[in-house]
Amino acid sequence: MMSAERKREVREANRRRYEELRAAGQEGTSRGLPAASALDAAPIAPQAVISREEVAPGWYATVRLRRAEALRIVDDTGRSSVSMIGWREEESSERVNCADTVKVQWSAALTKGRVILSDMGRVFMSLVEDSSGAHDLLVGGSTPASTLEAFGARSRNSHENFIAAAAKVGLGLRDIPPCVSFFAPVSVDAKGAFAWDAKRKRPGDFVDLRAEMNVIVVLSNCAHPLDPARPAASGPVTLIRHRAPAAAPDDPCRTLSPEIVRAFAFTDRLYA
Amino acid sequence: MTSPATAAPADTSGTSYWHDIPAERPWSRILKRGQTLRIIDSEGQQAVDALLYCADDPAERYSAQDTLRVQGSAYIDLGTALISNRGRVMARITADSCGRHDTSAGCCSCESNAVRFGEPTKYQHACRENFILELSKYGLGKRDIVANLNFFMNVPIDPSGNFTVVDGISAPGNYVDISAEMDVIFVISNCPQINNPCNGFDPTPIRVMISDPPAL
Repeated sequence: MMSAERKREVREANRRRYEELRAAGQEGTSRGLPAASALDAAPIAPQAVISREEVAPGWYATVRLRRAEALRIVDDTGRSSVSMIGWREEESSERVNCADTVKVQWSAALTKGRVILSDMGRVFMSLVEDSSGAHDLLVGGSTPASTLEAFGARSRNSHENFIAAAAKVGLGLRDIPPCVSFFAPVSVDAKGAFAWDAKRKRPGDFVDLRAEMNVIVVLSNCAHPLDPARPAASGPVTLIRHRAPAAAPDDPCRTLSPEIVRAFAFTDRLYA
Repeated sequence: MTSPATAAPADTSGTSYWHDIPAERPWSRILKRGQTLRIIDSEGQQAVDALLYCADDPAERYSAQDTLRVQGSAYIDLGTALISNRGRVMARITADSCGRHDTSAGCCSCESNAVRFGEPTKYQHACRENFILELSKYGLGKRDIVANLNFFMNVPIDPSGNFTVVDGISAPGNYVDISAEMDVIFVISNCPQINNPCNGFDPTPIRVMISDPPAL
């Protein structure tokens, strides 16, 4: 048994480390984040494109990406939100984890230079380009109940899209984790209430997600439940699977913070 | 934020079941529709990670995102309806002497500890280990662990998105009541985390008590 004195020392040392990590994670990291991508930045070379798909409003697509491939999601009309879940291809119990994504990065705001983590302390995908910086990790996508409330009748929704997509890769309701929703400008006010900032949506906003492991992702093109423009919010989105440029040693995502450096090291071990 | 309690928090009279969960340990029990589970933070500043599954079909389970969407705000407190992944009310918070609980920070795991606090912390006990062991009693596994409730855990999210686990605000004896609206498997991990302030860097025991609905 540790003496009371020794226990107190351990507690104080752990608190000091926590405060140092918090300061580095919130003050240091936010200074080091790259600026958002310009709308016309980062064109994809034609020879780098692997495939391209337009997803109709209300529908979904399932995309398999090898490690180091990337997926560009484009909100062509500026009226769509895209909710995403995903699994590691070789072991589907490893999946997108929104809670660890916000906790480890000390932030609920996904922007260029940040990453999406799996539940196994590894990096699932990196946001290597992002013109929007307005994505939701807290509220999730539309459901039968949310569309009923919004439209007075059930309509196509992300929850049922996820069930259908999961079934087609041999998975089910138990395998649907909380989702990430792109182009969904949700914030939390001082009292905890959610707010939607429509001014942060533009036609042509895009995000490039580089796969850091072999993944299966499902993208659901359904209006976000907090989007007040819901009845008019549908528009097609474009998905472009492409070969991403190799990550440089100073890749902003890989060097974001000590936590994320470790998460990449653990991910690299899977494929060493 | 405090609601009338019918009994002093630590008084077990009128309860059909009570149990002290030691520091760092898991617990579970079927909570029948109409029953109320009281969780007491016996010594204060102790995070209690919790998951709920529909007893008749555990594929239906607590959903943090559905709960926050329906409520329209980011924290769990008195009156919050706990919503399932099928959009049904599983339970409600019917008393709360603490006033602030989280459902966005998830549970600690060996793997996320290694990322957050360095690789040696991978070999410290964690909530996910507790959940896996407790869920195994019901034929459930790691894939069934979804974003959980964190009672007595204080995780403010600011308008810029900053997200911080800060010192818990619960005092010794603070409690929260969860009243079931369907039969649920209620699973708890008494959080063993020693690397952040959710347990005051010192995990402690908690008490659970179950009471039946008042006789008609």
